[in-house]
Amino acid sequence: MSTSIQRGIAAFKQQIDAPIASFFNSCVHCGMCAGACLFYEATNDPKYTPINKLEPMRRVWKQEYTFWGRLAKTLGISKPINDAELNEWQELLYDSCTLCGRCSLVCPVGIDLVYMIRKAREGMVASGHAPKGLKESTSRAMTIGSPMGVTLSTFKKQVQHAEDESGIKIPFDKQGADYLLLMSSAEIMEFPEFIGAMAKIFKQADVSWTFSSEAFEATNSGNQIGSSDLAAELVQRVVDAAEKLQVKNVISPECGHSYTAIRWDGPNLIGRAYKFNVIHVLELLDQLRQEGKIKLEGLDKERLTFHDPCQIVRRGGITQEPRNLINSVSSNFVEMPCSGISNWCCGGGGGVSANPDADELRLKAFAIKKQQLDSAGAKKLVTSCSNCRNMLEDGIEEYEMDIEVIGLTELIADHLKE
Amino acid sequence: MTTMELLTWVRGPGMTIAIILMLFGVVVRLLEMLLLGRKKDLSVARDPASAKYGWRTVVTRSLPSFACLKTVPLTFITGYIFHVGLLIIVVFYVPHIMFIRDLTGLEWSGLPFWLIDGTTLLTMLAMLVTLWYRVWDKVRRYLSRFSDYFVWMITFLPVLTGYLLYHRQFLPYNEMMIVHIVSIQLLLISMPMTKLMHTFTFVFSRWYSGEAAGRKGVKV
Ligand code: SF4
Ligand code: SF4
Repeated sequence: MSTSIQRGIAAFKQQIDAPIASFFNSCVHCGMCAGACLFYEATNDPKYTPINKLEPMRRVWKQEYTFWGRLAKTLGISKPINDAELNEWQELLYDSCTLCGRCSLVCPVGIDLVYMIRKAREGMVASGHAPKGLKESTSRAMTIGSPMGVTLSTFKKQVQHAEDESGIKIPFDKQGADYLLLMSSAEIMEFPEFIGAMAKIFKQADVSWTFSSEAFEATNSGNQIGSSDLAAELVQRVVDAAEKLQVKNVISPECGHSYTAIRWDGPNLIGRAYKFNVIHVLELLDQLRQEGKIKLEGLDKERLTFHDPCQIVRRGGITQEPRNLINSVSSNFVEMPCSGISNWCCGGGGGVSANPDADELRLKAFAIKKQQLDSAGAKKLVTSCSNCRNMLEDGIEEYEMDIEVIGLTELIADHLKE
Repeated sequence: MTTMELLTWVRGPGMTIAIILMLFGVVVRLLEMLLLGRKKDLSVARDPASAKYGWRTVVTRSLPSFACLKTVPLTFITGYIFHVGLLIIVVFYVPHIMFIRDLTGLEWSGLPFWLIDGTTLLTMLAMLVTLWYRVWDKVRRYLSRFSDYFVWMITFLPVLTGYLLYHRQFLPYNEMMIVHIVSIQLLLISMPMTKLMHTFTFVFSRWYSGEAAGRKGVKV
């Protein structure tokens, strides 16, 4: 047995806890999870059935943590997993899973499949079976500080642009601010309007806030590739910066996976609770709206719909806030079928967008999203995640659809009362 | 050994042995699962009283799911029928109640024979459809292994033999009774060794999922 596979098995073993054992014990192979997964729905290939993606991990559980499995292994009846199998499963655990969590909603025995897929990736990383694209983006995150290679000076240039455009001075490293705002790489590079939008909103609401020059990036590649060690290091950078500045709150940017990493996984990764609160930008905006601190004007009349990012709604519990915000600036908001908790994924979460191996399958799976969008018949598609936004634009172009994608925060900023 | 002596043995000591083996096995399997433990979640929950969401999911996953989550209607309906059917037959058939009374001293009233008879037929039908679907449908066939078919058979046999026993078919009464009881004992002993463990572990898996989602403010 190669040392890499031994490391892989050790990593799988380390991840297996009582919930995972209960999940494997309970699965009756009913196959219902298949229909919940966009990759199965778009291809009809049974290998994309969510529970099948966990086959290597199931074998490790069985052989290491069950009486009968250990017996079979000792007698040589069942063989340990090997490199060839893990190689085959790379596509299943990465290219064809966005960690969207839709499968976890449907299983009749209550199996949280996505909880396991995230953990199974630890075994893949340890055994050297993570996709090249994700390895590269993770390494950029560790060395440069951002998966897209955004440096502090690039970020500062983008902030400067926003200052020039808005005429608002944007604070950096302000000690004791109420809020520290984080960004995702995609927002900085592709949707920098977000920076100006936040500056305007905060100015009107008179919020004390700051950026940190030591930690501005919220994207957590370690979480996506499946390496708790790297993920913890990335979270620690933010925690150190926030605690040094003694801010009361850290704002997660729109980006859904950033939110999951900093809000829910972070304390568990670094092994302690934070000394600050984490709030998602949509939660904060809706709170400011309710408190009357931001005043909005003008209602969009064009038919628009909303794409719920998986990590924000299904894995994050933020459903009503974006709707409140949209309804305060639009008079023609329509829901897509299956919106909210069972919304279909954009196809590019969970590291899929950073993994070029997955491009073809991702665009194929977009057919499901297209169906959903078509039934809403909207001209504008609002979302609140820069990664979703990129993926949606990509799919819309590929399928030659006529719908404009806009970010929710920018939409709100556009409707601020002057 | 005469048929009568054999019957007395399987009903008495045989049954006791099967039940003890089953209970012992299930306890071992549950312990090997629970002793793996679960780390305390250090993130701040939206609602710290999250255990209730676990119990909520234990219940709600038995209810028909949201319209948007395409549960294959066939799997869903047949699954429903045979699970409820099995429960009714085991718990509300008068001879079963009498057997349980002799064993535990507990007693309750049963359902009329015609109702149990109909339930049994319906249960067998649903199970046959399930089996057919397992073989015929691409996804189910892909996922299924020997153990899935074995579990089906070991669950089907007690129902079938019980039905034949009641209708005095195939074998003389006492012989059929022996076959019926042995099939039940096989089922009991198989529980901790196979996927039939889900009879016990489904409560845990649903609870864990529901609790984890509930503390984030998501009702699953
Ligand atoms: S839906 Fe649940 S029980 Fe059915 S095959 Fe998928 S994981 Fe297993
Ligand atoms: S998390 Fe989403 S993409 Fe991954 S297996 Fe489940 S349904 Fe499919």
